[in-house]
Amino acid sequence: MIHLAGPYALAAVLAGLGAYGVLARRNAVLVLIGVELILNAANLLLVSVGSVGADTWQAGNVLTLFVITIAAAEVCVALAVVLAVFRLRGDIDLTRRAE
Amino acid sequence: MTSLDIAFAAVGLVAAVSGLLAVTTRHVVHAALWLVVCLGSVAGCYLVLGAELVALVQLLVYVGAVVVLVLFALMLTRAPIGPNPEVMTSRAHRALAAVLGASVTALLLSVLLPVAGPARRRPGTSNTAVAEQVFGTWVWPFEALSLLLLISLVAAFAVSRMTRAAEVAQSELPEPTAPERISQ
Repeated sequence: MIHLAGPYALAAVLAGLGAYGVLARRNAVLVLIGVELILNAANLLLVSVGSVGADTWQAGNVLTLFVITIAAAEVCVALAVVLAVFRLRGDIDLTRRAE
Repeated sequence: MTSLDIAFAAVGLVAAVSGLLAVTTRHVVHAALWLVVCLGSVAGCYLVLGAELVALVQLLVYVGAVVVLVLFALMLTRAPIGPNPEVMTSRAHRALAAVLGASVTALLLSVLLPVAGPARRRPGTSNTAVAEQVFGTWVWPFEALSLLLLISLVAAFAVSRMTRAAEVAQSELPEPTAPERISQ
């Protein structure tokens, strides 16, 4: 027996922390860390709903696996972009205006 | 409070605190390492919720691959070791970000907590059932995902090659007559 209030509260907290991380960081890689936290909040919601209901197609688990894969692809492309920006500009400060 | 609730509260507290440290620390490398703790304890949450396969994949892909990629990116962009005030925005900007983050949390809590309901039975999912569904009901999305991974790999290559072409063009700009000199 488990109360779903705990997982829901943790997902809400992680999403809020991720939003703060995306908005308050200047380093582009650290912004990505915030995005990862938001994705994890979504995954936690999927798993917690899937674990208690009558989940005929295992949608909670399978969709979480899919989101994890998409996150890996996203991080791969995003870091390539970050490295490209670093090579062109010399830094990855998101608040600095490009010349 | 059931025993599963207590276990979840313990792991969830670690996840929340390490997530907070990951987005607030001024050490760039520490942020990535706190992310490891946070993602690891989220994997623990999945275990408490009975999703063993998802917990293992989370450890394998997130903690194993994504965090290593992030650390590599920090190294390649010459992230300084030690506290670095440059990574944070101004005080007013951070206050606004904190208000927005808190309001995201408050909004989600106000939507989700009313539908949480009483304590429910958690049957746990067998890996056999998940595997049957992945290769049965979800097989086409699964194949599309493998295509997506291929495309993202090619895109990452293309992005890195594109900048090299731009750099070459930039370095050749000051001497437009160089090829002519060689031909003479």
